[in-house]
Amino acid sequence: MDENHEVTHHEEEHHQELGFWRKYVFSVDHKVIGIQYAVTGLVFLFFGFCLMLLMRWQLAYPGQPLPVIGKLFGGDRMPGGIMLPEFYNQLGAMHGTIMVFLGVVPLAVGGFGNFVLPLQIGAPDMAFPRLNMASYWSYFIGGVVMFLSFFAPGGAAQSGWTSYPPLSIIADSGQTVWLLGMVFLITSSLLGSVNFIVTVVQLRVEGLTFMRMPFFVWSQFVTAFLLLLAFPPLEAAAFMQLMDRVADTSFFMPAGLVISGQVAEVSGGGSPLLWQHLFWFLAHPEVYVLILPAMGIVAEIIANNTRKPLWGYKSMVYSILFLAFMSFIVWAHHMFLTGMGTFMSSFFQTTTMIISIPSVIIITALLLSLWGGSIRFNTPMLFALAFLPMFGIGGLTGLPLGLAAADIHLHDTYYVIGHFHYVVAPGTIFALFAGVYYWYPKATGRRMSEFLGKLHFWPSLLFMNGVFMPMFIQGLAGVQRRLFDGGASYAHAEPVLFLNKVMTHSAWGLAIAQLPFIINFFLSLKRGKVVDSNPWQATTLEWLAPSPPPHGNFASVPVAYRGPYEYSVPGEDSDYHPQFEPDRVASGPRDPGEPGATPATA
Amino acid sequence: MSAEAIPYTVDVRPDTGLNNVKLGMWLFLASEVMLFGALFAGYILLRVGGEQWPAGREYLNVPLATLNTVVLITSSVTMVMSWASLLRKNFGKFRLYMGGTVVLGVVFLIIKYIEYTSKFDHHLYPSTNTFLAIYFTLTALHGLHVIGGMAVNAYLWGPGAKMWKTAPQQFTNRVEAAGLFWHFVDLVWIFLFPVLYLL
Amino acid sequence: MTSHDTADIDKHVRTYILVFVSLMALTLVTVAVAYLDLGVAAGIGVALLIASVKGSLVACFFMHLIDERKLIYTVLAFTVFFFLAVLLLPVITQANAVEI
Repeated sequence: MDENHEVTHHEEEHHQELGFWRKYVFSVDHKVIGIQYAVTGLVFLFFGFCLMLLMRWQLAYPGQPLPVIGKLFGGDRMPGGIMLPEFYNQLGAMHGTIMVFLGVVPLAVGGFGNFVLPLQIGAPDMAFPRLNMASYWSYFIGGVVMFLSFFAPGGAAQSGWTSYPPLSIIADSGQTVWLLGMVFLITSSLLGSVNFIVTVVQLRVEGLTFMRMPFFVWSQFVTAFLLLLAFPPLEAAAFMQLMDRVADTSFFMPAGLVISGQVAEVSGGGSPLLWQHLFWFLAHPEVYVLILPAMGIVAEIIANNTRKPLWGYKSMVYSILFLAFMSFIVWAHHMFLTGMGTFMSSFFQTTTMIISIPSVIIITALLLSLWGGSIRFNTPMLFALAFLPMFGIGGLTGLPLGLAAADIHLHDTYYVIGHFHYVVAPGTIFALFAGVYYWYPKATGRRMSEFLGKLHFWPSLLFMNGVFMPMFIQGLAGVQRRLFDGGASYAHAEPVLFLNKVMTHSAWGLAIAQLPFIINFFLSLKRGKVVDSNPWQATTLEWLAPSPPPHGNFASVPVAYRGPYEYSVPGEDSDYHPQFEPDRVASGPRDPGEPGATPATA
Repeated sequence: MSAEAIPYTVDVRPDTGLNNVKLGMWLFLASEVMLFGALFAGYILLRVGGEQWPAGREYLNVPLATLNTVVLITSSVTMVMSWASLLRKNFGKFRLYMGGTVVLGVVFLIIKYIEYTSKFDHHLYPSTNTFLAIYFTLTALHGLHVIGGMAVNAYLWGPGAKMWKTAPQQFTNRVEAAGLFWHFVDLVWIFLFPVLYLL
Repeated sequence: MTSHDTADIDKHVRTYILVFVSLMALTLVTVAVAYLDLGVAAGIGVALLIASVKGSLVACFFMHLIDERKLIYTVLAFTVFFFLAVLLLPVITQANAVEI
């Protein structure tokens, strides 16, 4: 190889001279970018949460003025503090969009992925640092665009996060802004996923074979493939919807459409179902994008806090690969009620049932990993443990939805909302909280308060269930979703209407329960207990680097000597043997493939 | 190599046989396959669902598009020849072939411009019917990719070529990656042309 | 493809020329066949077949896919599968749909 001494042009050789802007704002360091994603993501999670609180007021007290702050929203949205249906619809569409695309994924993938992944594979940074920076800023711009859409004439997008035509085509300009925002977000995602995949494939250090990678790395790697291949069809569909809205095309507008008594002046010949197919082609893999990083985080924390290897690591890896593959061919279970014939609904029902298997394998493996463990019940572990039954409820309630016959009754009811919120709220978001508590010491050099952590955990667990469990009851009773009055105008909903108040009061409890977290997050920056590089006595490579790691991460390139979860190895003194530590006992030449063997020197 | 430099930016990683840029470009192209795939899926659904579907030649200029096909294929040849020239360490030839690629790209866009304006002159717009809607959308998205590819190629022909002096292998890799993108743009057109114009 | 000795490159260049000529010929064939008016189904079949051949030539030889790494093949294989899924499943679902 003749290019060893070639100067590669994007090296920040003189990084010590970087000014404030290049160091903290327009940084190419994966750790800075990861924190940018995480903080921005948390801010949007908070904003999306506030949108939900507004909605829940309307659902519990329909037509009542919102005290104190209601009038601040103005006559277009809440005249006299009373919510207009149009504003409720904006809140609904934007709550979903913001939580999924601006909150959870940027935190789970952009935040945790960017910060932890290079460290866990021993790399100095991502494969393409400048592309990484571009990804973040594309996301940021998309986020600003989405936020500003509330101020468009007619308000923000209000056709659901699913933006079904023809309604989304005739909606006000906020929908166009939504589409433009999505283009920025999708671009960010595509650039990021290329970066993640190349990083994992190419930058793993010596000794870190694929089957020695932490499960967290696998989860990010597979997620990146989902984003890479599933997002482009939504981008194409977004262009088509933009064309329909702006250039009067009829991609999604059928012939003979009559709107408010007027025949629509379009050429017709389009198909609203075309949008649904392309949207759900992305949106189904998207839900696995929402859950896989969470499973990765939980796996790390469980292994660490049981002081045992993960049970069934190999089966978890094969499961996650199979799951990713299947996720591309299940999407039309979101479309069972669109007039599908029995052959195709059977096809999608079958693939949907099959895809539940790998999820069960992964959760079972995590559960079995607890057996015989020396469990440490610190805050990250509490959230990780809670994830298991919460995701369990979310996953199991998905089964009737995947069965076409049962879905006839449950589609577009509150049952669906309960199902997906269980998976993503006490599911993914709990895992993300766990991740924050777990990796905060690595990022900041300080631990968060355990007391405040537990004060955050227990009420959150209680109130999450308080908000979402009643939704199954309402859904089974036939209460539809996206109803501005929460079902008040339907006789059949009357017996379960009181649950709206239960859920809203739980949401207030949930809001208050987040205060210890917010306080803890900021207070610990200054007052948290200072830690060394490995406060959790963990085994994976990120715990070799200092806390926080400097630019370039490691003083010298690490080597991986063994698998990722060598906890409580029989015969050893310590209850953990990190991947980055050479063998403790000199035992002569051994087969390089054997676990625990020192790799041959280059 | 210090712990800070990113490995395999230029060198090939032994077990994968790839450098970062090449792998990155192929992954990006995979996503582009899905992007155009979705538009083709739209074409299929709209055509099958529509009552009548015009033949391409009813609205579109087949001879001009055939010429454009020839132009784009030729530009693919000049592109790969520009890379081969770098392998042969012939910078002059590289400049010639890459320049040719850029020029041919310009020709393609000019022909496209003529096509589009002729449509508009005849009051044929994307809003006229779904055939024209998908025609304009597919060719416009493809056209945007042509513009993007040309911008990169022009940069590599011009200011970017300075890298040949300081880091020839890295520069060659960049030209190769740009070539992969350009060939992909050609590949999409190879399918676009018969689907829209001839069927 | 890390070693590029002169003979190697010359061979590749010869291939490029050959492929170029084939692509030109196939382009003319595509257009000619279109004017034969074979009917819709056959017309689509032939056009896509020729396009696939042309596309394969560009991919295999200009993009050097023919001697690429297994990893690239794997990524592309899955991509092709998902491409076919997005291309075909919607229209099949539509065909299977219930007439209201």
